[in-house]
Amino acid sequence: MALRAPSPPGPTRARRVARPTGLLLALAVLGGCVLLSISVGSKAIAPVEVWNALVHYDGGYDHDVVRSLRVPRTILGVFVGAALGLAGALMQGLTRNPLAEPGILGVNSGAAAAVVVSSVVLGVSGTALVWPAFIGAALAAVAVYALGSRGRAAATPVRLALAGTALAAVLQGLVHGVVVLNDFAFDRIRFWQVGSLVGRDIEIFWQVAPFLVAGIVLTLCMGPSLNAVALGDDLAASLGARIPVVRALAAVGIILLCGAATAAAGPIWFVGLVIPHIARIITGPDQRWLLPYSAVLGAILLTASDVVGRLVVPGAELEVGIITAIVGAPVFIALVRSRKMAQL
Amino acid sequence: MSDTLSKRPGPARSHAPHGTVPVRPLRGRLSFLARPRTLAVVLVLVLVSAFTLALSVSVGDYEVPLSAVPAAIFGYGEHLDVFFVQDTRLPRALTALGVGAALGVAGAVFQSLSRNALGSPDIIGFTSGAATGAVAAILAFGAGRLGVSLGAIAGGLITAAVVYLLAMKNGVQGYRLVLVGIGISAMLSSVRDYLMTRAELTDALGAQIWMIGSLNGRGWAEVAAVWIAFVLLGGVLFAYARRLRFMELGDDTARGLGVNTRSTQIVAFAAASALTGAAIAVAGPIGFVALAAPQLARRLTRSGGTTLVGAAAMGATLLVVADLVALRALAPTQLPVGVVTAVIGGTYLIWLLYTEWRGGRA
Repeated sequence: MALRAPSPPGPTRARRVARPTGLLLALAVLGGCVLLSISVGSKAIAPVEVWNALVHYDGGYDHDVVRSLRVPRTILGVFVGAALGLAGALMQGLTRNPLAEPGILGVNSGAAAAVVVSSVVLGVSGTALVWPAFIGAALAAVAVYALGSRGRAAATPVRLALAGTALAAVLQGLVHGVVVLNDFAFDRIRFWQVGSLVGRDIEIFWQVAPFLVAGIVLTLCMGPSLNAVALGDDLAASLGARIPVVRALAAVGIILLCGAATAAAGPIWFVGLVIPHIARIITGPDQRWLLPYSAVLGAILLTASDVVGRLVVPGAELEVGIITAIVGAPVFIALVRSRKMAQL
Repeated sequence: MSDTLSKRPGPARSHAPHGTVPVRPLRGRLSFLARPRTLAVVLVLVLVSAFTLALSVSVGDYEVPLSAVPAAIFGYGEHLDVFFVQDTRLPRALTALGVGAALGVAGAVFQSLSRNALGSPDIIGFTSGAATGAVAAILAFGAGRLGVSLGAIAGGLITAAVVYLLAMKNGVQGYRLVLVGIGISAMLSSVRDYLMTRAELTDALGAQIWMIGSLNGRGWAEVAAVWIAFVLLGGVLFAYARRLRFMELGDDTARGLGVNTRSTQIVAFAAASALTGAAIAVAGPIGFVALAAPQLARRLTRSGGTTLVGAAAMGATLLVVADLVALRALAPTQLPVGVVTAVIGGTYLIWLLYTEWRGGRA
């Protein structure tokens, strides 16, 4: 980790200026999204009232809506979005695989299976369910990666996706078996299975917040090491990078980020896939910039999707997990169709 | 070195390929190659599935002794025996056989058309599309039995077509097909989840069971439907078996051998899709039989290409066994058979990937 960055050759002068400015701009956009998220909703509340709710809380109905509904979901959106964006960037950088993504790698099904089994078999309920979700997500990610990278050849995009699909099939079978026998579990899992920022107990967020923050900090520090990994294992080792250490730390980061994000908001597809690709268009391949960009853009995508979900169906809300899946799948397919898919 | 060489079989007396025996009945007016190993495997599979069928007809809360089963099937014996066998258990088991055979054949055809072990309806989005179509029909339109079946078929066909078109770019490549299928399936699964959260609990439960695939309560109407479809569409595919095996050698080679590749592709794809649709209409989108059956059959018969007969026998055996497990594993509760096939099939897929990648092959 003490490695000095072998930064990718020649960032152009334009890019050297553009990258910090762009990051500031992205942060400003995120600020805008956060403001929108606490002021827009099916209950129309004047901006002045929103401001008053934040600074002069009077306990009235409108103030309560802002404080106990909109602020928590905004915080959740920012952190979960940042975590998923970072997790995607980390997975793609580590595996040098453009399709690596928490959802494709079976994290969602692992968490779902753990939630169902622990709530039905072990009787876990309420906020305590966060731990099974966390552990299930982590185990699934590790299992899929281990299966996909087996053998001498590197883990190719197809392999990881297939390993994820195979594991997801088995876990889904188990989940289906349990919920068919237990109406109560089915009723719970059908709502949990849709990734959402509302209806989650904010207590859950506070429980996983330390893990989220630790994962985000750890990952943001890994830019230089990931740059070395991008050169290939042999070259990286000859430059002094300790590849096993880097891989182990990255695995810890992925587990912290995916586990905590899925535990807090439920399964959310494709954010981790799309965001690093958009970030790469802006920053180029340098991970020191790619990672912070991925975090900020991920937060923007999730809060913006959440706001859109409140507006798109009048009088009702569309969960953020649905929106990201419908927006993300076409991007995934476009990536699969592009000729450069095999390279990164 | 010379020892091992000398142990190799000498040049065969006939010019038949290894492992085949030329058969010329009717004084040579008909002539074809038979593979004794394939015949033996198919025979064993038929015996196993017949025995499992008898077993699943006999066991249950009301036990029919195995020795009484054959008589009861034809309406003789004790009144209650005949009632349970003829009215409930036999149609269910025969549906399982038919659906399994149909899925096995369709899977084999899909795999040989895409020249890819993973080109089965499960991976290319057919199953996922059918599940979504059925769930939409139940929850959004409140459809009845027939409407749900039609919704499932439409969903499956549309999804398969979309996946196929999106994967097309200088021809369809196997892996692109697989990846596009995975992406579309992910999107559809979140659409299903959305519909589930907006429905009443009882409706959602019904949709959930249909979505997994189940043989509970299937009667003679379903038996007739699936077997008629299997005989008609399977017949077409069996007639195309030779051409399909040539197609596995590559388009150019197949053309060189006199196969009209385009029409073969279209006819086989249409018939296999319709067959899958029929199986799904009867039993719901039962997963992984179409993926695993042709591969298992191929490994057992040690044949170089897909064998449609072997795949059909294997599919039927797999589903009959899986249904017996689904019936008895948590008796008296009946699991949907799709749960069993997903767990078994998914594990098999993991094993397949695990062993194929061990040697470092991609």
